[in-house]
Amino acid sequence: MDDTKELEDEISAAIEAAADEAALEAVRVAALGKKGKVSLLMRGLGKMSPEERKTAGPALNALKTRLGELIAARKEELAAKALEARLEAERVDITLPARPRPQGAIHPVSQVMDEVAVIFGDMGFVVAEGPDIEDDFHNFTALNFPPGHPARDEHDTFFLRGQKDGAPMVLRTHTSPVQIRTMTAAVEKARKGGAPLEPIRIIAPGRTYRCDSDQTHTPMFHQVEGLVIDRETHMGHLKGCLADFAATYFERPVKTRFRPHHFPFTEPSAEMDIGYSRKGNEIIIGEGNAWMEILGCGMVHPNVLKAVGIDPDEYQGFAFGMGIDRLAMLKYGIPDLRDFFAADARWLKHYGFSPLLQPNLATGLSG
Amino acid sequence: MKFTLSWLKDHLDTSATLDEIVEAMTMAGLEVESVENPAQKLAAFSVAKCVAAEKHPDADRLKVCTVETKDGVKQIVCGAPNARAGIWVIYAPVGSYVPGIDVTLKKAKIRGVESHGMMCSARELEAGDDHDGIIELAGGGWTVGGDAAEALGLDDPVIDFEVTPNRPDWLGVRGIARDLAAAGLGTLKPDPLGAVHGSFPCPVEIKIDAPEACPAFAGRVVRGLRNGPSPAWLQNRLIAIGLRPISALVDITNYLTYDRDRPLHVYDVARLSGPVRARWGKGERFEALDGKEYEVTPAMCAIADDARVLGLGGVMGGTYSGCDENTTDVLIECAYFDPKITRAMGRATGIESDAKYRFERGVDPASLMTGLDAATQMVLEFCGGEASKAVMAGEPPVFERVIEFPVSEVKRLTGMDLAADDMRHILQSLGFEGDMQGDVWHIKVPSWRGDVEGKADLVEEIARIHGYDKLPAVSMRRAPGAVKPLATPLQNRVRRGRRALASLGYLDAVTWSFCSRDEAALFGGGADDLVLANPISSELDCMRPSALVHLARAVQKNADRGISDLSLIEAGPVYRGIAPEDQAITLAGAVHSNPPRHWTGRRVRDVFDIKGDVLAALGAMGAPTGNLQTGTQTSAYWHPGRSGALRLGPKTLLAEFGELHPGILAKLGVEVPVLAFELWPEAVPARRAKSTAKGALQKNDLLPFSRDFAFVVDADLPAEDLVRAARGADKTLIADVRLFDVYQGQGVPEGKKSLAIEVIIQPRDTTLTDAQIEALSQAIITKVQKATGGVLRA
Repeated sequence: MDDTKELEDEISAAIEAAADEAALEAVRVAALGKKGKVSLLMRGLGKMSPEERKTAGPALNALKTRLGELIAARKEELAAKALEARLEAERVDITLPARPRPQGAIHPVSQVMDEVAVIFGDMGFVVAEGPDIEDDFHNFTALNFPPGHPARDEHDTFFLRGQKDGAPMVLRTHTSPVQIRTMTAAVEKARKGGAPLEPIRIIAPGRTYRCDSDQTHTPMFHQVEGLVIDRETHMGHLKGCLADFAATYFERPVKTRFRPHHFPFTEPSAEMDIGYSRKGNEIIIGEGNAWMEILGCGMVHPNVLKAVGIDPDEYQGFAFGMGIDRLAMLKYGIPDLRDFFAADARWLKHYGFSPLLQPNLATGLSG
Repeated sequence: MKFTLSWLKDHLDTSATLDEIVEAMTMAGLEVESVENPAQKLAAFSVAKCVAAEKHPDADRLKVCTVETKDGVKQIVCGAPNARAGIWVIYAPVGSYVPGIDVTLKKAKIRGVESHGMMCSARELEAGDDHDGIIELAGGGWTVGGDAAEALGLDDPVIDFEVTPNRPDWLGVRGIARDLAAAGLGTLKPDPLGAVHGSFPCPVEIKIDAPEACPAFAGRVVRGLRNGPSPAWLQNRLIAIGLRPISALVDITNYLTYDRDRPLHVYDVARLSGPVRARWGKGERFEALDGKEYEVTPAMCAIADDARVLGLGGVMGGTYSGCDENTTDVLIECAYFDPKITRAMGRATGIESDAKYRFERGVDPASLMTGLDAATQMVLEFCGGEASKAVMAGEPPVFERVIEFPVSEVKRLTGMDLAADDMRHILQSLGFEGDMQGDVWHIKVPSWRGDVEGKADLVEEIARIHGYDKLPAVSMRRAPGAVKPLATPLQNRVRRGRRALASLGYLDAVTWSFCSRDEAALFGGGADDLVLANPISSELDCMRPSALVHLARAVQKNADRGISDLSLIEAGPVYRGIAPEDQAITLAGAVHSNPPRHWTGRRVRDVFDIKGDVLAALGAMGAPTGNLQTGTQTSAYWHPGRSGALRLGPKTLLAEFGELHPGILAKLGVEVPVLAFELWPEAVPARRAKSTAKGALQKNDLLPFSRDFAFVVDADLPAEDLVRAARGADKTLIADVRLFDVYQGQGVPEGKKSLAIEVIIQPRDTTLTDAQIEALSQAIITKVQKATGGVLRA
């Protein structure tokens, strides 16, 4: 039995000493391989007497098991060490700068247009569009600006050389011509289908133009138009709709005020002011005792309804228009309108938005 | 429109404060833009008495004055010729800011004599034009230290507000007072100016030969008058609203223009020869009161006598017949001029006058005789003389408008419930009359309210005077049932394309819709129809045919600022004509790839990066990017050898991309190379399937494997042709074909190139046998050879 103990000590030591997996395998073969020392001893069992075998057999089997376990343990240990050594060899200076990934950004006008669309979408509006190059009829006459009317002067209109029906085409001075196009299409659809006019609820965001350029005016700017036509929408709805819009857009309680005004294409007409206060150079929207105008609106003028063939005694509704650029400036603290259209990368990165910030009401408008 | 508080109170009996008046104006639609109290500007100045004035020892024109002031007796050196002992003056102490000369006073030594403050002229205080000498307070009862503003009659706040074009009656203080009275701020006083009865026939005959332009002309002569300065209170009001007092006769016409929106004109009778008539112009030259000469065309209404044109009717009088201090007999004109013709004359001459501003908006046609009498009364009061009987040539347009008004309209259009009494009271206080009983009222519109044309206008009158603050705020809810998509498929496509590109590093920009015509021509535009007739500058005088004009230039501008690794996009309109369908939306991009050095290496992007970006954007927009063909025919502004056109089928152009032509860039002043693309979202096919279901996933458990092939083809063969041919060899088994090498050089004949592809084969139902694989390989080789002439490289 002492021999066995000695052998076990010897092999155990060899296992412990094996420096890598190959050496360990050699030890295993020398001990437990076909011609290994332990295997040879096991083979000797056959020559023993049954009594001898009764004690020697289990002892040898146990030895074999113990050695097997030792080898497996050592193998795991060696593998771990080898991995550790490899990982150590693979070490990099992780403080080196990252491979650059360019960061894109969404323009505040694009972002705010999406925000505005989401808010009105929740109130059942859909988006409509019209061309930037308009004819006199859609931009003025149908909107109750008769030819020669002084209200036309307020519009600082860009005229094109191209003409239609003897009148120069214009760059639309507001998004309101989309009202005319939308209603005309709805009337046409009703006429063709022999059905009553379907209720209209649209917003129309887009580019607008006035030949005016100074610190607060650019020859091109953005507006969003709103139009609702049905049989029951009144000015109270207009007020509620726009007050809800203001609070949702600015994401805070916003004091609003409706004030009479005049637009040729609405009657009664109003402007909406929002409350604000100033802290140094910062404008705080929503509270305070100062008011700023953010939009014009009113009930669609009977003459406009008549111009598109809608009976103003049967149908009614409201329209509004507001400046997208200014909304963006107010909400996001952007100081100068003129920078909006300069494509200056510094400005676009600073005031732009992550493309993943797709405005929606589920996550909050500005995310 | 400006007016003063005291002026308003001539017409409005009110105890309201200035703040209350301003608030009430704003809430009634008279949007106040500013309130200026000149007393604040003059707060530092006070009444003082000059008790001695000695000649300056060292200067002939200067005087050394002793002045009793609120700060004690001061020595003040003064250069005014009228500085003398005994006069009451306005004193500006050391430390005060004198607005008219933009100076803060300091203690000074003038030619060796100390001077403590200043005695001011009217111009120095911005209280008038007078700079001939210092202000001498007239009359008596002055006390040293008294308030300067009060002493000068300038303690009258000036209110400036926006007059909307529909309300010419607000261009007169009386009209403002009427609205404020209706809004509950007081009561409208009776008109202080009443009827005048002349004592002799009007000696000047008035005729109308152009009734379309001037349907009515009322006038009378006042003779034997003296045209001196107008009274101080009137001058002060004119000064306060920014007008220059001239003489009593002229000031009266200006005053009534603002007092009651009643423009008038006065002619010196001594200068007239023959009847005065309103007639069309005959191409005469005419010098107007602005000192400029105008041609009086046949489209213009001239006021003329037998000798000459005296004035442009409703627009501006002439210098020849103007009144001055020698005038003793005056013809007062109170006429009606047609709004449209007045407006056209204003445009033709470029004249902006208070009269033109009012006539083009429409003055009260019933105001001719009352206006003439009001003016006459003031003339008699200020200048004396004797008035003739009034005459009127022609007839002013008859204004009789009765609106049938179902009172339920108020509730229908505003949602507000008002008692009939309240509505009646509002309308009556605004001057509306008629039968206001029952369900349908018959309302007579006052002559000064030509803007009120129908029911909706009456609703506005009632609502605005009742107060928009009382409108109910009713939230808008979407209709019950399914939520309709907010945006059209095209809008969604643009939005997705823009955001996909921004995710790839592009900065979303917005640039002008117009550019210069020359630049437009470079990009295939510049048609005459699309040129602006009145551009703000020649840089922006033509609608753009491409967004690349501004994007390419922006690339250079940013490079000039040191930003030279830049990707820009813009989603916006381009214009091919003036019709609505000629406007297209583009998603354009411009890239300047000049990245900084990096320890991992520096990779400059090329057209294949751009092609990848374009495909990613098209993919995000729902285009079948696997089916697109890359053509080499592109627009002329691209590098002919480094640009491509992505098409779906032979016709549908989805995008062009590549390097911009260096010649075009040079003409735009762009020196850096620019990679770019133009993508056409409208061309991307809309999703066809009505169902949202995606169809079952074809998952195959058999392992795909690949085979490589290299073909020698003509050097100019588009690689895409070879890939397509290989893919077409077996549409079931071939899952993908990847081109991984392009080689020219040793081993490949001149004029040829070698293209290497890896064909991914996906067995479908069973594994493939060697024979089947061999057959497939042969099929690929045959197909490629047939389609491209390519032969397998040995």
